[in-house]
Amino acid sequence: MVQLEVFLQTLVSGLLLGGLYALIGLGMTLIMGVMKIINLAHGELMMVAMYIAFWLFHLLGMDPYVTLLVTVPALFVLGVFIQKTLISPVLKVDSILPENQVILTVGIGMVLQNLATLFFTSDYRSTPVDYASDAWYLSDWWRSSPIELSFSVPWVVSFGFAVAITAALWWFLQRTDAGKAIRATAQDKDAAILMGVNVERMTVVTFGLGAALVGAAGSLFIPMYYLYPALGGRFTLIAFVITILGGLGSTQGAIIGGLILGVFESMTATYVGMGWAPVGRFLVFVACLIFLPGGVAGLMRRR
Amino acid sequence: MASAAQTLGRYRTAAAVVVGLAVIPLVPGLNSSYVLHMLILMLMWSVIGMAWNLLGGYCGQVSFGHAAFFGLGAYTGGILYYHLGWSAWWGLPVGMVVVALGALGVGYICLRLRGPYFALGTLAMGEVLRVTAENLEWLTEGTRGIMLETRTWVAKEPFYYVILAIAVASFVVLEVMVRSKWGYYFVAIREDQDAAESLGIDTTLYKNIALVVSAVLTGVAGAFYTCYMGYIDPEIVFALHDVSIVAIMVVMVGGVATRWGPLVGAVIMILLSEVVRTLPYIGRAHQTLFGILLIVIIIFLPNGVVGDFRKMMRFFLGRSKPAGAGGV
Repeated sequence: MVQLEVFLQTLVSGLLLGGLYALIGLGMTLIMGVMKIINLAHGELMMVAMYIAFWLFHLLGMDPYVTLLVTVPALFVLGVFIQKTLISPVLKVDSILPENQVILTVGIGMVLQNLATLFFTSDYRSTPVDYASDAWYLSDWWRSSPIELSFSVPWVVSFGFAVAITAALWWFLQRTDAGKAIRATAQDKDAAILMGVNVERMTVVTFGLGAALVGAAGSLFIPMYYLYPALGGRFTLIAFVITILGGLGSTQGAIIGGLILGVFESMTATYVGMGWAPVGRFLVFVACLIFLPGGVAGLMRRR
Repeated sequence: MASAAQTLGRYRTAAAVVVGLAVIPLVPGLNSSYVLHMLILMLMWSVIGMAWNLLGGYCGQVSFGHAAFFGLGAYTGGILYYHLGWSAWWGLPVGMVVVALGALGVGYICLRLRGPYFALGTLAMGEVLRVTAENLEWLTEGTRGIMLETRTWVAKEPFYYVILAIAVASFVVLEVMVRSKWGYYFVAIREDQDAAESLGIDTTLYKNIALVVSAVLTGVAGAFYTCYMGYIDPEIVFALHDVSIVAIMVVMVGGVATRWGPLVGAVIMILLSEVVRTLPYIGRAHQTLFGILLIVIIIFLPNGVVGDFRKMMRFFLGRSKPAGAGGV
């Protein structure tokens, strides 16, 4: 019974983590789908958002969840700025290696991380909210439950926000004209131009949107995670693994990929050891490349 | 076959550079241990740069994970020393075998990917090895790292000549490979893999050759690093930013797919990082400056200092002098 309890508890925390991972993966997969470039500054953008949230909490006493109202627009603007001033000129430059754009985003990530270290030092920061260690218990609702599970309050709230934001994005992509234009650009750039879609603008909007999504993730992570400048690199890798796992450029895939990765990491941490969680992450990645190159999206298409 | 004299004639610049480098430790004033340390680092990075250039520049497979091979080489020497009591120099020959096997493994997984996905696959490989080295404490001593109790020589000169020999050997290997028909196969794969395949080039085989040779050279540099620095830990030798990305930067700055690009790039990068490090306060911002340099190079000099030399000269001379003088 205890074993089952541990297993279910691990599953629950894995799913909660996976929901937030999905949000990070969604931003990356959007950018990848529309612009065909991999944004290796993705985690660093989230780190920037986390610092914004941290200072708002620290200086103005804003609740981390209220900072969403600031981080999301701020990161959108930052994303648009990066796309317009740096990435779009490189797309026009002719060079031997087309991977230049990827290397460029690495450079951007390096600058962001180093600037954060300069301005905010590499100290570990946190936002000590008073509900940080609160939890809901299964026995609160179900008296005679044979097993006991706990649901950490900040994790559940963050997960709820992540689901709401994902749903909003879904609605935006499926129902609005701008969303349809973005999907058209992702499917076939030339055809989209012929249909009168302003592809240039859609690219800029997409990068902004991807940055805004990961900015939201930053605000949602800050109540639970310690913040330090090198955090960004870790999340860049996570975002990338999720996108490969989900299938490149697929939004449903990114959501499922995020959940799978969250559960897998939490399982590795419980059953193998904390330090091995990153290895588990990459084992998923390698296994996915070998056995399932199209990711979850490829699997769904085959059915 | 060309005679020795003809070969020497064709590589007059190369010969001059090698002779020049070989006599530096004999020149009074230049043979301080600081200068030699800089030169050793420059040569080491030029070896890594040349290795990366073979795979990335000529064959078009951009790797973000050369730290994996550097670290494997470094740890082979370190582990032989720590557990078996052998000299860490055994890391050079043994490391070549270990790294070659490792590269075949990486190739099996990553070479099925193309373009940016290959880049990210190799990046993940480097990170996997770093985390593994951190956690396999019985073998690697984890984050405590491995320290050599004594280094072979106190003076820098012997290390300098060893790395010079490695650099010359790497240069020769690359020249031979790139000028042979393999070199044309590599470039064909870079330009259009499907077209190369349809012309009968076994792309998997040649990509693997480029990867293994590139990895082995990087591994040799890693094994040399262990012997020279006397201390390694996973954060240093498997570093993403300080090894894998710097390897890319050395080549990007110097010039992708050029003969002298890696050496020029290594000299620029080492000098730059030294200058930046000595500046007060700005020293901590060295990654910002590197990042900005990388961005500027990619936007304005996508073929590096060597590849875009004419363009750079036009930019500097063309503005200040009348148009006629710029051509000289």
